[in-house]
Amino acid sequence: MTLAVFFGCAFIAFGPAFSLFIFTVAKDPLRVIILIAGAFFWLLSLLLSSLVWFISVKASNSSDPALSRGLLIFGVFFSVLLQEVFRYAYYRLLRKANEGLAAISEDDTSSISVRQMAYVAGLGFGIMSGAFSMINILSDSLGPGTIGIFGDSQFYFITAALMTLALTLLHTFWGVVFFDGCEKSRLWVVAVVVSMHLLVAGLAGKQLRKRLLHKTLSAPSLVRT
Amino acid sequence: MRKMGEISLINCFWLLLTALFPSCVFCSSVEQKIYIKLNETSPCVRLLNATHQIGCRSSISGDTGVIQFLEGRTDLDWILSSGPHPPYMVVMETAFFTRTVMMEMKNSSRVAGVAVIISKKGVGSSFSPHTSCPNQDTGVYSARYGPEFARCNTTIWNPLGNGLSYEDFPFPVFALKDENQTQIIRRCYEDHNQQVNGSAPRFPLCAMQLFSHMHAVVDTVTCMRRSDLQNQFSINPVELCDPLSDYNVWTSTQALNNSAKGHAKNQSVIIAAARLDGRSFFWEEAPAAEGTVSGFIALLAAVQALRAVTREAPPRRNILFTFFQGEAFDYIGSSRMVFDMEQKKFAIDMDNVHGVLEIGQVGLRGGDLWIHSDPVSRQNSSIGDKVNTTVQELISISKGLNVSLKEPQVSQPLPPSSFQRFLRSRPIPGVVLTDHETHFNNRSVTSLERVQSGSTHSQSEREDHFFSTLAFSHFVFLSENVTAGRSRYYESMYDDAENLNVTYPPNLTPEEQLVHVTAAAESLAAVGTLVARSLYLQADGDMSRLQEIRADTTTVAQLLYGFLVEKNNSWFRSLLPPDISKPASSILGPGPPQFYIGLRQEGSSRIHLVTLIVQHVLANMTGTITNLTETQCRNPGDVSTADRDFYSYFWVSGASSLNSSESASGSCVRASVRLSKAVSPAFEKHEYGSRDFSTWTESRWSKIEARVFLQASPELQMLTLGVGVAVLMSSLLVTYFISSKAELLFGSAPRETPTTTY
Repeated sequence: MTLAVFFGCAFIAFGPAFSLFIFTVAKDPLRVIILIAGAFFWLLSLLLSSLVWFISVKASNSSDPALSRGLLIFGVFFSVLLQEVFRYAYYRLLRKANEGLAAISEDDTSSISVRQMAYVAGLGFGIMSGAFSMINILSDSLGPGTIGIFGDSQFYFITAALMTLALTLLHTFWGVVFFDGCEKSRLWVVAVVVSMHLLVAGLAGKQLRKRLLHKTLSAPSLVRT
Repeated sequence: MRKMGEISLINCFWLLLTALFPSCVFCSSVEQKIYIKLNETSPCVRLLNATHQIGCRSSISGDTGVIQFLEGRTDLDWILSSGPHPPYMVVMETAFFTRTVMMEMKNSSRVAGVAVIISKKGVGSSFSPHTSCPNQDTGVYSARYGPEFARCNTTIWNPLGNGLSYEDFPFPVFALKDENQTQIIRRCYEDHNQQVNGSAPRFPLCAMQLFSHMHAVVDTVTCMRRSDLQNQFSINPVELCDPLSDYNVWTSTQALNNSAKGHAKNQSVIIAAARLDGRSFFWEEAPAAEGTVSGFIALLAAVQALRAVTREAPPRRNILFTFFQGEAFDYIGSSRMVFDMEQKKFAIDMDNVHGVLEIGQVGLRGGDLWIHSDPVSRQNSSIGDKVNTTVQELISISKGLNVSLKEPQVSQPLPPSSFQRFLRSRPIPGVVLTDHETHFNNRSVTSLERVQSGSTHSQSEREDHFFSTLAFSHFVFLSENVTAGRSRYYESMYDDAENLNVTYPPNLTPEEQLVHVTAAAESLAAVGTLVARSLYLQADGDMSRLQEIRADTTTVAQLLYGFLVEKNNSWFRSLLPPDISKPASSILGPGPPQFYIGLRQEGSSRIHLVTLIVQHVLANMTGTITNLTETQCRNPGDVSTADRDFYSYFWVSGASSLNSSESASGSCVRASVRLSKAVSPAFEKHEYGSRDFSTWTESRWSKIEARVFLQASPELQMLTLGVGVAVLMSSLLVTYFISSKAELLFGSAPRETPTTTY
């Protein structure tokens, strides 16, 4: 949809994350490292979950749409859980790193607190998940066309950018809350984070299914939803 | 496709929201939700000659425009002046693809491109995008030779030609051939672009983007100069254009020594010629039924008819059958052969040539066949006598054959034909046979009527009212007693089997259609017999054996089927080499072949499919089967060199390979069929600005594509940008503010340092 939409959506999706990065992370090299490592951990979790889903699809080897949808739902579920598992793994890693940092510093205290690490880790998760979901759409928004010829809404790009923005911020918040829950050994906090993540995923999926159902019931001509 | 689209839709949404699965089953399914790619399109490409460029081109990143269907005068006004969302991509039916409409759009800056819906239903009674005087500068008539005949002063050969193919359009023009995709475009247009009660349609609007950027500009001289510069100085040279080139096919009744170039001793040769190529406005779309196929099929029939008698009672003179490629583009093939003969680079030279007989368009004769000759050279008594003899012989043969053969009454020049290139070299006696007396679609010289509103097509009716102010008018015959059709589609994409009245009863299988003899087949077989007998007489053959010479109507029917309806038939497959005729090969695709000459890369051994088929048909007709193995056949080195000078060896599939059996039941055919290069002498001599020879080149391009999508309103785009900038600015401000006041906001004074708790 041309350059204006490309930059508009890019700014919407990545603006807050960019400003958070500039003002809170970029000055401290340790935070930058934690951010990038967090992004990497998120990528790892995604790789594993997509591998599992891929194998399951190939193993089932059927073109039955209900089965594919079921597998997809299972995949979503599994991936959310895996992301949280990796978040926990990252938490353990950072704890270990914190002890190491404390050991080598002069006054026997780490220069970064767990809360700050939680925030940066969450931001890393969020930036990477946002980039993953948005880059594909951004590159397609550069062309002259917009979504709609098959009946979808033409606000797709803006919606996607706003969703990405929300997801990035959500991941940041979840990071902070999750690490705090682990620190204070409050399992219910962890459970709240996981269930919120699942809820968001489920809501979005339900919205999608509803829209699709509406589309298949409508007349075969191109109707805008 | 819808179902899979939904599943990919699911995929994409999941990816967006939970960022889970990186690889969709189809990559970039968002792109699939935006664009509909149009397959089955033909572009119009750019061709260049010594002085001009013709054709169409798009800008380098494609041309985008809002789709507007052209169905009347109001639509044209909307496009050219009153529509609020220029530029427009005009989608028109065939009836509106006329010179006036296209020239009006050429001069407008509000037209982004044109898409023409190709369907035979809407075409008017005639459509010829070629010029009215084909090849007028490279024929024999010029200011120095027959000036009264030059530039069609006496006879306009193609009066229905509107010259569209030779205009230079600054926008892309595509042909839409698939009916289903045209329906998709129409639905999109009706849903989004149609005006409601006279008000302008609102965004989002249905738009189309056409990619056909051409690399070559100005003319051949410029383009070749730039290519030569690239070749000299660049490591990775970018070629900009290629000369149109292919191969001529020739064979002779007595085998000629191909390695002895120049004058052949004791050889007096009659040349029988036909052309092999055609063209249309769009690239690689040239069915050329009446313009080309009728002629060379008649000649092939003559070749076959003469085979038996030339073996048993060989005539004194040799008969050389040649099929020229590239005649539509200033006689590429024939000018090259004449040039080679003059330069002593061919098996014979001009001194060996005794006479020429050429077959032009002969498909729609409706009873009459006409003999054309050159009035200027006939003034010379020796040549005039020989031509008279030939004409008398032809007429006497025709009486026995029930073909009505006539000479035009008036002193009339030759029609555009390869024979004119021979005459440019030296005066030779020769005739050209066609089905038209004066111009290409004439039965009698008298009545010409303008198309009135009594025409059967309502669209041409609309067109008439629409263009009633024109000065340029189309003339068409309306005489009622026409049984055969007429050549109204010279060098256009509508010159197909139907134009030649080659139709088959509906309940025949392909195998039955292959051998079904139509009236057109019988007519062409009669022409072939006539030509064969005349050639035999000209070659001083035995008159008593004349009645044995007869063309086979079944063979002609097979040739018509193969060249006009379906080239992937069992007969062609048996004639061609196994690597081409086997089902996995993509060279022999479905449908009729296209006769546009195209390009042959330097050093590549690929030849045009039509040339290849004609070569193998000739080999089958004139050759003998030898018992060489495949390796021997492909490399006849162990065969004595004398044979290789006189003959070529072809490894063909043979008739027995019907069901994909891998058994190599091929055979080796030995025939005196040769190919000779059909590249214009201008490129041999590096005279790219030559006025004597063809200088046609075709531009290169990188991407040819067409796609349809919805275009969003500029307001929405700016809104998105505005929101984005606002979000970015506000987040920067808020973050800066909070981070600089962090201690104040989050710190609690009595605690020591906030970082030590855990």
